Amino acid sequence: MTSTTQRGPLFDCRDTFASTMEAVAETDPRLVVVCSDSVGSSKLVDFKRRFPDRLVNVGIAEQAMLGIAAGLANGGKRPVVSGASCFITARGLEQIKVDLAYTNANVTVCGMSPGVAYGELGPTHHSIEDVAWLRAIDNLVVIVPADPAETGQALRAAIEHEGPAFVRVSRMGVPAVYGAGYNFQIGKACRVVEGSDATLIANGTMLSRALEAAKALAGYGVSARVVSMPTVKPLDTEEVAAAAEETGAIITVEEHSVRGGLGGAVAEAVVTGRPVPMRILGFRGFLPTGSASWLFEYAGLTADGISGAVMEVLGRKEGRRQRFSP
Amino acid sequence: MTLATSQGLPAGRIERSLAHEERVRLLVDASRRIRRRELEMVRTAGLGHIGGDFSATDIVVVLLLAVLNIDPLHPHFPDRDRFVMSKGHSSAALYATLATCGFFAASLLDEYMKPLSPLSGHPDAKKVPGVEASSGPLGHGLPIAVGMAVAAELDGSKRRTFCLVGDGELQEGSNWEALMAAGHRGLERLAVIVDRNGLQQGASTEETSRLNPLAAKARAFGWGVAEVAGHDHAALLSAFEGLPVDAGKPSFVIARTHKGYPVSFMQDRVEWHHKVPSAGELEAALNELL
Repeated sequence: MTSTTQRGPLFDCRDTFASTMEAVAETDPRLVVVCSDSVGSSKLVDFKRRFPDRLVNVGIAEQAMLGIAAGLANGGKRPVVSGASCFITARGLEQIKVDLAYTNANVTVCGMSPGVAYGELGPTHHSIEDVAWLRAIDNLVVIVPADPAETGQALRAAIEHEGPAFVRVSRMGVPAVYGAGYNFQIGKACRVVEGSDATLIANGTMLSRALEAAKALAGYGVSARVVSMPTVKPLDTEEVAAAAEETGAIITVEEHSVRGGLGGAVAEAVVTGRPVPMRILGFRGFLPTGSASWLFEYAGLTADGISGAVMEVLGRKEGRRQRFSP
Repeated sequence: MTLATSQGLPAGRIERSLAHEERVRLLVDASRRIRRRELEMVRTAGLGHIGGDFSATDIVVVLLLAVLNIDPLHPHFPDRDRFVMSKGHSSAALYATLATCGFFAASLLDEYMKPLSPLSGHPDAKKVPGVEASSGPLGHGLPIAVGMAVAAELDGSKRRTFCLVGDGELQEGSNWEALMAAGHRGLERLAVIVDRNGLQQGASTEETSRLNPLAAKARAFGWGVAEVAGHDHAALLSAFEGLPVDAGKPSFVIARTHKGYPVSFMQDRVEWHHKVPSAGELEAALNELL
């Protein structure tokens, strides 16, 4: 797998969302986009101009929006629901559970501007619990793409998937991480960098930072594997098991609460499979106000912060080896 | 055995070609027989919501047996009319009527709420043919029905969407989001029927959180409003066949009903929301439905 770890141009994945919706609409008459007064923030202005009948704006009404999408799916449509992740997932949680997941409706829910994209607007607008509460719902695919290419592929896969899916669509600028030829598949991890001392498992905006950390660690003689885990559910447990078996230390990194997200999913797989020392990097508790990049610094979600966490886990791994060796 | 003393489920759906009076006569008898079956289901399960089942039965029977364009042999044909039972706790009424239509064998009703039964306390669209939307949590059905009506519009289809809601259920805010959206879009082929029995689980709706003036509220949201006697089969049939109430608007049909109707000791009694009849009460109720 080829990758770029240097900071190139940054991309807003909502642009990919918009272009993907237009491209799919051109060939798939089943596609309908449903939004809640979020035409502008979801970058759907061009879609609305080109496909006015296939953009259903229900107003500021997340619960009805999700139910309406379920009804559209009953009529054979493939609705894509778009709204700010903080509102659509929290306000509409019961609709996502019952109308989509329990019913097995072919609906893709897009959580726009997730994580701390709305950093300065405060914790009411931060969406750092969405993956945790959606991950607990049966029959719901949960995807956190890392860059524009993966976002586009994940959206197409979610629309084609028989059943509901949630896709986080990042607003925070991210570099293009994947090389040409990357092929996203639901439930499949991607080993972006090989390594043998420890494994960084990351997704979303944190994948590029994990790659930077791995590069920095290499300078200290630490061989860090980097695994991209875009699908949090269903989790690629084989790749997690390989990381535990082959590197003996796992550090997860996500733009999310440390409780119940990617780290929680990986930890469940690790403790019930092959327990190894772990760290879960993310946000703890309600955050202060500040820009997204400032909040990443604040929470240690930087190449330096991630590298330091890897060193700490390596220390525990080493201590464990000494304790358990004959 | 004459019709008046028949006690099993009715024969099936009612032909549209029959005379109006004959259709009404068959509907009246179907409701009586279906209510008897609901009582037995709730008594056997030891659980249920017989009060709401009885208040909704005549509406469900008229819609499913006589009004909707549905086909039990092809439950998913694309251009079928849609019926969403938002008040999912009245599942006994829905299941007994669906079995009458022929969506599944009547013997399955004996499995109501038993372990592994497809007939859960609240309807599961994946498991029960004829159930269009899984329901149970209140305030879900109407938004789904709005989506169904939008899908029909996008298809240029004449299919209709009906949604039955409880009146207490209208306290859920999601309904008002959906009422606003449907009124705004002028979804003429969508109708919501309110089972207006006036009671919710613990008390009357007006004592709990006032719904009235309900008709004025629906009109203000852009709906055409009609009121109908909810246990009068002829009136229900005429109301449903005369839709839309107002051209260019969705229809809001307030069906005036009674919880527990027509059993004397159940009717309008709040405790019969989810009380299970004793053996003696079952016999007494069945005797009122001969």
